Amino acid sequence: MERRPVLEARGLRKAFKDLVAVKDVSFSIAEGETYGLLGPNGAGKTTTISMAIGLLERDAGEVLVDGREIRTTSTTAKAAIGYVPQDIAIYPDLTARENLTFFGSLYGMTGKALGERVDEVLETIGLKERAKDRSGEFSGGMKRRLNIGIGLLHRPRLLMLDEPTVGVDPQSRNAILESVERLSAAGMAVLYTTHYMEEAERLCDRVAIIDQGEIKAEGTRAELVSLVGERDKVRLAASGQLAAALPVLRVVAGVEEATVGEESIELLVAGADRALAPILAAAAGAGISVHSVDVDEPNLEAVFLHLTGKALRE
Amino acid sequence: MSAIRIALKDIRQRLRDRSFYLWGIAAPLGLAAIFSLLFGNLAAGAFDFTFAVADEDRGPQSRVFVEQVLEPLDEAGVFSVREVASAGAAETQAEKGEVDAAFLIPAGFSAAATSGGQAELRVVANVDRPIAGQAGRAIAGQFAAGINAVGTALRTYFALDPHEPTQEEVAALAQAAQAQPELLTLTETAAGSKELSAKTYFAAGMAILFIFLTVQFGVLGLLEERQNGTMGRLLAAPISRRSIVAGKALTSFILGLVSMVVLVVGSSLLLGAEWGNPLGVAILVLAAVIAAMGVMFVVAALARTPEQAGNLQAVIAFVLAMLGGSFFPIAQAGGLLERVSLITPHAWFLRSLGDLATGGGPGAVFPAAIYIALFGLVTGGLAQLRIGKVLAP
Repeated sequence: MERRPVLEARGLRKAFKDLVAVKDVSFSIAEGETYGLLGPNGAGKTTTISMAIGLLERDAGEVLVDGREIRTTSTTAKAAIGYVPQDIAIYPDLTARENLTFFGSLYGMTGKALGERVDEVLETIGLKERAKDRSGEFSGGMKRRLNIGIGLLHRPRLLMLDEPTVGVDPQSRNAILESVERLSAAGMAVLYTTHYMEEAERLCDRVAIIDQGEIKAEGTRAELVSLVGERDKVRLAASGQLAAALPVLRVVAGVEEATVGEESIELLVAGADRALAPILAAAAGAGISVHSVDVDEPNLEAVFLHLTGKALRE
Repeated sequence: MSAIRIALKDIRQRLRDRSFYLWGIAAPLGLAAIFSLLFGNLAAGAFDFTFAVADEDRGPQSRVFVEQVLEPLDEAGVFSVREVASAGAAETQAEKGEVDAAFLIPAGFSAAATSGGQAELRVVANVDRPIAGQAGRAIAGQFAAGINAVGTALRTYFALDPHEPTQEEVAALAQAAQAQPELLTLTETAAGSKELSAKTYFAAGMAILFIFLTVQFGVLGLLEERQNGTMGRLLAAPISRRSIVAGKALTSFILGLVSMVVLVVGSSLLLGAEWGNPLGVAILVLAAVIAAMGVMFVVAALARTPEQAGNLQAVIAFVLAMLGGSFFPIAQAGGLLERVSLITPHAWFLRSLGDLATGGGPGAVFPAAIYIALFGLVTGGLAQLRIGKVLAP
């Protein structure tokens, strides 16, 4: 059964004077789905998310959350959304508890229910022991966690995270990714923007490759990878008569191409997991000694390169 | 409700970073104390003159000057007058600074005055007491004007009927003239009695100056929210944009009001300021806070960063305060300055407090309060046209 969409964005467009930042962007996110916007800095991710949450007025298009239109002037419809901005957005003069309580109150939470939820979130983000400390005294990682905690506080149907791991140490980064995985598993719809290919691959059920304000391709990881062909690159570091072994290797099932490199043989293989054993057997039969094997599976980085002609971090 | 929550959060922040205590309470109270000590003492001593008078004539006209002009002023405590035996002694005392100025009435003064001759009344002032000299010349000039008027009248009369007048005839004519009602009378306005005491004046002047600085804590919060990135969170929350602006305005209003109340009470208790009718003061204070908020909204709409806005607000606050007379009563300069001064809420605030100080009731402040509040509503209203640009992530 198809899951109900929580967010539907259709034909979003935004220009800043002559610069068109977002061009005809459409996507939808279902309950429990994590949707990634993957692209380099300046690709239009933040502009897209800003229109989706109603921070920025769009020039064209439509955004629906739970069937309700989101505009900059919307109020009740925004209650379904949790927002985690790219930059840390907390009040340094207030304690962690005060920050959470204030933002919770803006979402209509009050009294005991608010207090209990604040305790719960403090526990989730690992700041229970520091609840009464001013957030300005926190480390960068702790501030990041509080930044995310504020977005989660009112149990939103849809959580929007705008590059939440930028400038975060590896430990905190991993904690953030684990939190997102848990939330998604609990049924929350998540919109996650990033320029880290690894994060998109790890978290997202579906990914949109975005560049220069346009979605170049969208789909599951496998669907996107199929755009560049599902061929793994296998590299055999070997010695012996390497050129003589090529005809033998080329006839192994799955091998599409074989070339000699520097003290190595490089193969393009459809399904390296299945073809690897026959390849090694054929190499041994051809009289060459294989010292090590490297297998590179195609990834979103390769997809991005294929679609845009440039690397993600350019 | 969201506006109240935002205001409570802002107030908590301001109390926690202690900036409100400094700008809203300590600085204005401290400056008011310094100004009232400095200018209060100067004002108290500024007209505390001592004059000497040497009457070498001792005729009827000179005695009129001494006994009916100088002595009543001495008895009223306006200044002190001492009689000395000779013009030389009086002049010496003025030179040595023993008196601030001396009136010298030479022998033959009365005869000359009543016969239409050249009567001379000299004023000698100590070089270091120019104000005393001016005051002395003003008093002597007023008396001389009276003598001249009588002389002119007599000369006119005898020109119409040329003959040698007798003393009795002159006296009778003078008496008849005095019995006639004055053609022009000078009525003293209550301006003198409407002046505030130095302590009240400077406490009020500092209060309205600093109110324009204190209100920035709320309205400038709009720019700080942008700078901190929290504006995005506020805009993403299920609250209206108007409630964000209203929350900031409420913060300004509450902090401004608290600051003013503390200043009024503090300056009354600590400095002995006398503000007058409490309800009248409350009306003026409310109007002043509204005016300050209006200006602050204009600043917030024009500035790009909190720092820029803070600097701009400080400049505006001090210029308005100077023009409005917070530091000194600039309106007394008259002319253009007086007219410019009346544009500022400060001038109206201080003038209206003067009305309260003379026993005026709350109704006495309505015209000023209405102008001051309108000043804020107009400026604030204009700012709302551009405030939308601040409400962006």
